[in-house]
Amino acid sequence: MSDATADPRFKRTAPRRPLKLSWSDERVRSIFWQVLVVGILVAIIWWLVANTQRNLEVRRIATGWGFLQREAGLPIAEHLIDYSPTDNYLRALMVGVLNTLKVAVVGIILATIIGTLIGIARLSKNWLVSKIAGIYVEVIRDLPLLLQLLFWYTILQGLPGPRQALNPVDGVFLSNRGLLLPWIQWEGAHTAALLAALVGFVLTWMYGDLMRAKQMQDGQPRRVWPVGLLLILGGPIAVWALLGAPFKPDVPSLQGFNFRGGMLMSPEYFALLVGLVTYTAGFIAEIVRAGIQSVQHGQWEAAQALGLKPGVVLKQIVLPQALRVIVPPMTSQYLNITKNSSLAVAIGYQDIVSIANTTLNQTGQAIEGIAIIMAVYLSISLSISLFMNWYNAKIALVER
Amino acid sequence: MPSDTTLTPATIPAPPVESRRAPISVVGPVAWMRANLFSGWLSTAITLALGYLIITRLISFVDWAFINAIWSVPVNATNQPDTSACRAARGVGACWAVVTEKHRFILFGTYPFEEHWRPALACVIFVALYIVSAMRRFWRKELALIWIAALTAIGVLMWGGVLGMPFVPQERWGGLPITLILSTFGLAFAFPLAIMVALGRRSRMPAIKAICVLYVELIRGVPLISLLFMASVMFPLFLPEGMNIDKLLRAQIAIILFAGAYLAEVVRAGLQALPKGQYEAADALGLSYWNKTGFIILPQALRMVIPPLVNTFIGFFKDTSLVLIIGIFDLLTAGKTAIVEPAWQGFGVEVYITIGLIYFVFCFAMSKYSQGLETELNQHRRR
Amino acid sequence: MSAAFETVASAARLDAPPAISMDRVNKWFGALHVLRDVSLDVALGERVVVCGPSGSGKSTLIRCINRLETHQEGHILVDGIELTDDVRALDAIRREVGMVFQSFNLFPHLTVLENCTLAPIWVRRMPKREAEELAMEYLNKVKIPEQAKKYPGQLSGGQQQRVAIARALCMKPKIMLFDEPTSALDPEMIKEVLDTMVALADTGMTMICVTHEMGFARQVADRVVFMDRGEIVELGTPDQMFNSPQTERLQLFLSQILRGH
Repeated sequence: MSDATADPRFKRTAPRRPLKLSWSDERVRSIFWQVLVVGILVAIIWWLVANTQRNLEVRRIATGWGFLQREAGLPIAEHLIDYSPTDNYLRALMVGVLNTLKVAVVGIILATIIGTLIGIARLSKNWLVSKIAGIYVEVIRDLPLLLQLLFWYTILQGLPGPRQALNPVDGVFLSNRGLLLPWIQWEGAHTAALLAALVGFVLTWMYGDLMRAKQMQDGQPRRVWPVGLLLILGGPIAVWALLGAPFKPDVPSLQGFNFRGGMLMSPEYFALLVGLVTYTAGFIAEIVRAGIQSVQHGQWEAAQALGLKPGVVLKQIVLPQALRVIVPPMTSQYLNITKNSSLAVAIGYQDIVSIANTTLNQTGQAIEGIAIIMAVYLSISLSISLFMNWYNAKIALVER
Repeated sequence: MPSDTTLTPATIPAPPVESRRAPISVVGPVAWMRANLFSGWLSTAITLALGYLIITRLISFVDWAFINAIWSVPVNATNQPDTSACRAARGVGACWAVVTEKHRFILFGTYPFEEHWRPALACVIFVALYIVSAMRRFWRKELALIWIAALTAIGVLMWGGVLGMPFVPQERWGGLPITLILSTFGLAFAFPLAIMVALGRRSRMPAIKAICVLYVELIRGVPLISLLFMASVMFPLFLPEGMNIDKLLRAQIAIILFAGAYLAEVVRAGLQALPKGQYEAADALGLSYWNKTGFIILPQALRMVIPPLVNTFIGFFKDTSLVLIIGIFDLLTAGKTAIVEPAWQGFGVEVYITIGLIYFVFCFAMSKYSQGLETELNQHRRR
Repeated sequence: MSAAFETVASAARLDAPPAISMDRVNKWFGALHVLRDVSLDVALGERVVVCGPSGSGKSTLIRCINRLETHQEGHILVDGIELTDDVRALDAIRREVGMVFQSFNLFPHLTVLENCTLAPIWVRRMPKREAEELAMEYLNKVKIPEQAKKYPGQLSGGQQQRVAIARALCMKPKIMLFDEPTSALDPEMIKEVLDTMVALADTGMTMICVTHEMGFARQVADRVVFMDRGEIVELGTPDQMFNSPQTERLQLFLSQILRGH
């Protein structure tokens, strides 16, 4: 058909039709309905806004964002950035956002790992393993998350005090003050090493692509992992050593009535994390199971019949197909973890919802408070969606 | 191929073949265990380790929950429950006394004690309504009438004020009926809303499509809590002076709006899965938009998405517990309040296990139902 | 089988105004020009077979006649009514034009009988009992009255397509469109559907069929239209077209499909 379209005689585009003002014109009807619906909606919104304005005047509620610069005066137990009650509301809210991200990011990583393991366990040939995984998934998904959070929090609160803390492994303490883990004294060298690992990871990725391209040219397979190992592990170690190799372990110990040192996970954070991870892992397990099962057995057989090695089959045949099924629902689970972390407010972990809620109670500015909560979650949701869409598009290309 | 020489394999008698019974090493419990529990040294090790863990855990749980458990406590001089026995048994035995003592409060909240039969009956009607709705035999238009009748009966029972039943204001309702009301009324209103939004999202009218997309994505982008906060603190500002809607209804509206967006996406998936030919055939017959939608599109699209719809409903049933955060007295809030009393403080685990069991029974039944339906529908499709 | 329908001897009434009249119709899918200045008149009672290679625009052509596709330029008159954005005109036309699809498009959740009665009841506003009598009459004519209570999924492909024909006929259309009605069928089922179509043709129904069944074209068509690349290349009686094709494109096409058979 391409040669015909090149003919100038056919180089014509679709014309537009004039609009006929009659009820039987489809477009007139369509415009009428749209104007009607939009009109009703605008009228309702206008009415609500007018009511709100009148109510705000009558109740003498201030509006605007001026309160953000005022002193918050609210204590926040856990903060990733420096904070004291004399800081302003803006900083308090930022602490809240970071606390939300702290629980969401760690939760996503842990839930993915645990959920994947349980999903694979459900497909295990060992009857006991698959049965236990199945029961776990069924039970955990049939109980409200909030109930589970309260349950974990109650258990943590019921734990003995620091002096009788559970001490399963040396340096690990579990008490009603939370979970204490040994850590190291963090220095600039550690941050640098972490960054070097990140760079190494990206370089390995690029190196792998390059080697694959070379293999496509001359057919010779090349090993990527030695270089990868060097980049991901060797690089950071070198950076760390160059910066003086600082390493001071920070092991918690009981002194008097409380602990000193170590990394503390507060009972609130710990309960929220455990609840979110165990709950979401149940859903992720189902997604992983469905994804693996979606690749028909014939695919394995066909690939093996071609003489491909299991590793290649998994990487080139099975994973691309399974991921296509897994990624979209996984995205919504990641979004769910983030949104569900807002249940923190029920057990007193100070995430953005909790802090914004306190803010709106203190200032009385409900509209601004809720707007902040919604804006934060919408931007997080949007970022995760965009990233996962990008990733999804990428694996869709791999498949082709 | 000429048609008169078509082979008919069914009519050719197969020569009888003696089929030997499989040896005991292939079938039977021993073979089953060898294949499924001890198929290799790794599998055997895992089986043994897990088996040991399960048995020891189970024994200590049975010890705690049954053998060492305390089922009731005496009342002391000041007519307060004496929980010292429970406190002594902490960590060793469960204190189910908190449940036996407080179960009426957990189930029905602050509803007048002597009128508890009314919320109890309302719960029974709810359950009956679910069972009837789950049966295919009742998937007809009359089901809508059954729903209207049942929901009206529940309203009459809960409020009273007629038929010799004293009036009970909504502030005194609580416990399980609130959970069932929030989820059932939520579904009843969210479902039609979801269908309209799903249709709107596939509409060719750009403005209507944009509104539906905006609504769905906005609601799905924020947590339910933010909507509940909106309902509890912001909604009163929206209304003209003097007009007031009680908190339960405001939370109900928030849940409907929330559920509507999620259900709309489920319905939209069904609309998209329907072959284009069905739309075209309906158009070619000259059916109007609403006839086409009502007779051809929706019946097929909805049937396809019943399993995900049930799963979404399970999600809402659980999510109604979030009203705890804005202080509405549902089942979970009642449980949490029951252990505020000094005598019962610290026995949350027992109460939460009990409430968890109630939620589990509802959700498990629904999830088994949806799984059964899914296999049934898949078989239907394969045929 | 032809006895099932009332037979009318002479079909095409060239003296009457044409049933369908297309005048320089153009259509684009995006930038793709899929119909190029197509002009075609179909007389009342005439049987037209449209053929051509895949992608030649033949399906698009007949889908424009009941506006499953909208044309963007030119005029289409069906039964004297012009196809425009006018919704009422469209309703009127769809009432008079029946269509049979390649993939049957029966409604799987309705019984055969309900498939047939749905449109008469809701579009023609016919009482249910009357609609059912009518449906049984047509199911009789396509020789499957005993399947009326079954669901489409329980029928063979050939039976489904005959139900689809009956469903379209229940609207008592003046014009019938067939969009490759036998292409999705197993070879042994093609004949039963073609027989039904021949029988229908003998009743004097105005028919436009997109099909590759050249035997059918020879047997019933008054005219054959050959399309390629969105335009009508050649048009004439089956005899002219098959025995002395004028254009190279038609010759090539005929040689290809004859080799295929």
